[in-house]
Amino acid sequence: MREMIKLFVVVVIFSAFSGSLLAALHNATEEKIKIQEDNFIRGPALKKAMEGASNDPLLDKFELQDGEEIKSFFVGVFDGKPNAVALEAFGKGYEDKIGVIVAINLERDEIIGIGVTTNKETPGVGKRIETDISFSAQFKGRSIMDPLNIRSDGGQIDAISGASFSSRGVCEALNATSGIYKRLKKEILKKAEAFRS
Amino acid sequence: MAKSIAQEFTKGLWAEIPPFRLVLGLCPTLAVTKSVETGIGMGIATTFVLVCSNLIISLLRKAIPKGVRIVCFIIVIATFVTVVELLMQAFAYPLFQKLGIFTPLIVVNCIILGRAEAFASKNNVVPSLADGFGIGVGFTLSLGALSVFREVLGNNTFTIPFEGTSFTEVLGSSFQPFTFMVEAPGAFVCLGLMLCIMNILGKK
Repeated sequence: MREMIKLFVVVVIFSAFSGSLLAALHNATEEKIKIQEDNFIRGPALKKAMEGASNDPLLDKFELQDGEEIKSFFVGVFDGKPNAVALEAFGKGYEDKIGVIVAINLERDEIIGIGVTTNKETPGVGKRIETDISFSAQFKGRSIMDPLNIRSDGGQIDAISGASFSSRGVCEALNATSGIYKRLKKEILKKAEAFRS
Repeated sequence: MAKSIAQEFTKGLWAEIPPFRLVLGLCPTLAVTKSVETGIGMGIATTFVLVCSNLIISLLRKAIPKGVRIVCFIIVIATFVTVVELLMQAFAYPLFQKLGIFTPLIVVNCIILGRAEAFASKNNVVPSLADGFGIGVGFTLSLGALSVFREVLGNNTFTIPFEGTSFTEVLGSSFQPFTFMVEAPGAFVCLGLMLCIMNILGKK
């Protein structure tokens, strides 16, 4: 019995020590990792979603409170006017959540483009949501005010064959974006106006 | 009979070089040697985990009860793998993206658990460090050798690790890349040939 307790205590001490070490390191590197993700994941996705913007949307950003969360918004300048905004929202993926950056035209409430960010989809299967151009092109020009779904769920988006789960996740992320956009539209318009030069 | 520190280090470079002599750690050996950069990157990450886990385990070897030693080893190794993962994300994000799932998979690399069980848990700190470092460098060199072979033949390119500069058309523009080499079966064939060469050299 005493032996058992000793074994138990040793393992608990080991785990507690390693847990706290990792938590500390996680806190220390969080900021840095976020910058790296901005450069290597969010940056390229944003560029894809905001194709044709004359500014660098990654630099022109503002933040707004949505419920308990603080959301980042990226402003895109088209034809000299700050009339587009991009934000990141998440949908359920196969393993981890799927992040999607959606660029929205503020005047027409239309989707300009989307770019998939963080995800852990299976390479070669679900991962194709990142690269499949004909899939992401379907979202262009659709109204952000209407719910979007893949065809097998009665919607209007053609899922990537063999990857309907991941495609559904992207639609979910878009619907989440739609929710945030509807809730904060007034404030978004006000904030974006400030970028008019 | 104690071997010298230098001997503990150099045995990892030839006599017990991991993928070729011990034939351990084959999963990363086969998977990440498509390009020199990922091969060397994986080697360095593994070396770091190996040295750190050998250090901690040899320090604590008297405190770890026999009954739960494997559990404790795995906790130590998993901790350092997560450390590597976080550091890689913070300082070498492109490498992290390229290695993908194989960074967390260092946990189940049998070389590390093997050295912890067979060496660090029975030896002092300094020999354990030398052993970990030697095996790690040996592993990095073998991954490097394999990946140079595969990248040059299979892609006709050569990437200098972490520099970003890559040479294209190493073997001349008329060379048709032998794509088989960068795919999974090519990895097996390459590894087999390497093992064969090592055995021939070892016999003499």
